[in-house]
Amino acid sequence: MAETTEATLPPGGPGGTGTGAPERHHFLWIIGIWVPLALAADLIFWFVGGPHMPPGTMTSSAAGQQFDFNVLAMMAIPVVLAVLVYEGYALTTWRASRGGPEPVTNANSRGNLAIQTAFIGVSTAIVIGAFIFGTYELVAPAGAGGGEGPDAAWTPGAHSVLPVQVIGQQWKFTFRYPTFGGFETADLVLPANSWIAFHVTSLDVIHSFWAYQLGVKADANPGYDNIAYTKTTNQLGNFTVRCAELCGIWHGAMFDTGQVMSVPAFKAWAAATEVKLAAATKLLPPFAWTYIPDANDADGGYYPDNQDPYSPVETYGAQKVTP
Amino acid sequence: MPKRIAALSLLFAIAIGLVVFTAMAYLRSSPPTVNFASDHKPGQPVDMTIQTVGTIGFGTHPTYVSYLTRAPDGKWVHTTLWDVPAHTRLNVTVMQYDTGSPLRNQFFGRVTGTIGGDMTLNGHPTSLINSNAGNGVGHTFTIMNLGVNVPLYGVPSNAKNQCGAAPCTPNYAHNVIRFSFVTPGPGQYPWQCNIPCGLGFLYGTGGPMQSIGYMVGFLKVVA
Repeated sequence: MAETTEATLPPGGPGGTGTGAPERHHFLWIIGIWVPLALAADLIFWFVGGPHMPPGTMTSSAAGQQFDFNVLAMMAIPVVLAVLVYEGYALTTWRASRGGPEPVTNANSRGNLAIQTAFIGVSTAIVIGAFIFGTYELVAPAGAGGGEGPDAAWTPGAHSVLPVQVIGQQWKFTFRYPTFGGFETADLVLPANSWIAFHVTSLDVIHSFWAYQLGVKADANPGYDNIAYTKTTNQLGNFTVRCAELCGIWHGAMFDTGQVMSVPAFKAWAAATEVKLAAATKLLPPFAWTYIPDANDADGGYYPDNQDPYSPVETYGAQKVTP
Repeated sequence: MPKRIAALSLLFAIAIGLVVFTAMAYLRSSPPTVNFASDHKPGQPVDMTIQTVGTIGFGTHPTYVSYLTRAPDGKWVHTTLWDVPAHTRLNVTVMQYDTGSPLRNQFFGRVTGTIGGDMTLNGHPTSLINSNAGNGVGHTFTIMNLGVNVPLYGVPSNAKNQCGAAPCTPNYAHNVIRFSFVTPGPGQYPWQCNIPCGLGFLYGTGGPMQSIGYMVGFLKVVA
């Protein structure tokens, strides 16, 4: 390709100087500048910036997403640098000089089949590669931290998975721990180095459970059990929970802080909370994967008997229905 | 001809201006803010009295359920916006005049975020209300970001002296709920009722449940 390009270039570049001066091998010059730059930039990014890319490494999902971002960034950096290097080279080498000939007047200005073919081929390969990589990473490893619906396509092979039910309601997430007596709390606390199954649902409108540093994001739909798996690492600390679906006037205030703690500390917290909330837990409806107030007696028998949570005639609390 | 075009252009510009002004005036309209901060003496608690009513009875939405606030001068003001001093004990008295129903999530039947973790209901210390029994819960006073939640026990639905329109007086059936909490640092903290009491609206959470001045408001904490 380089030879073809060079062979058709007049002396001095595309515009040609016509001076008969020795021709520079432009393609090799550009490659010679671009390769070390791209290599250095990729290495610097991987070792310096990469470990700090969001969302961090607090869970397997987060680490997976960080890896994906880093790989995609390392693919993008050489492309960006190629454009910038070519642009800079062209500006400095083939610029028009005052009183000189027009810089682009020869056949190269009307196209170069080899360069065009290479450009299309390389671009296509990069895009298809990114598509295959992205699709694989989205589906295969650990479900990518997204909600997979009630019948998850990917499930962890581990035998011990802590189920945590996430209940969205205007405008607060609450959490039930079915393996600890089913208590419900506003505090999302997780053990380190453990598989977690978030069962995300809603009591009213659509919310979206987004635990940013955990790399978990799953829609909360009424009457729907949306499961998202992740595995916490040994990284302890706080993480942010936000609603990521516009859900009403205080949607912007629907955020909170969760915590990953050691396994013994988590067990102690869960046991203490179970005892502390025992009286309140008795008043909760029996644990279920979804809570439509008309179903599973979560309404206490008071709400109108209407199975459609979006019925326009439904006016909860309007009347007392005799059980 | 140019004069005519100029006149028409001027009229058109005036019409557009009026439309924009009216729209902006509507969008920017807001209930008044009751100021509990300006006369506050450092180290002293702030006492605030509010009431809940089944129907406000006046204004643009007379059928809406609503909160009202008693201003320092003793007058009842239809608002849910309050200026309060930072890092100060806020003693809240709620005159609850509305009937009750079950909470959508009984989780909010528990008193949280208050000093002592409880409230008094008609003088009796209470930390948990079963909304599926008795009179149910009429409303809640909930500041989600501060973890404050107080369920307000409903008045009997068969009480003969129900209050029909605000402001209600103690002659009507009511419950008195008292609780205290310490205000955080300066900022605006949204608060809300957390029971779907917007009757007639989709899922009970529309209308007054999402209208400032009725069932949602701001705790404006000032330094």
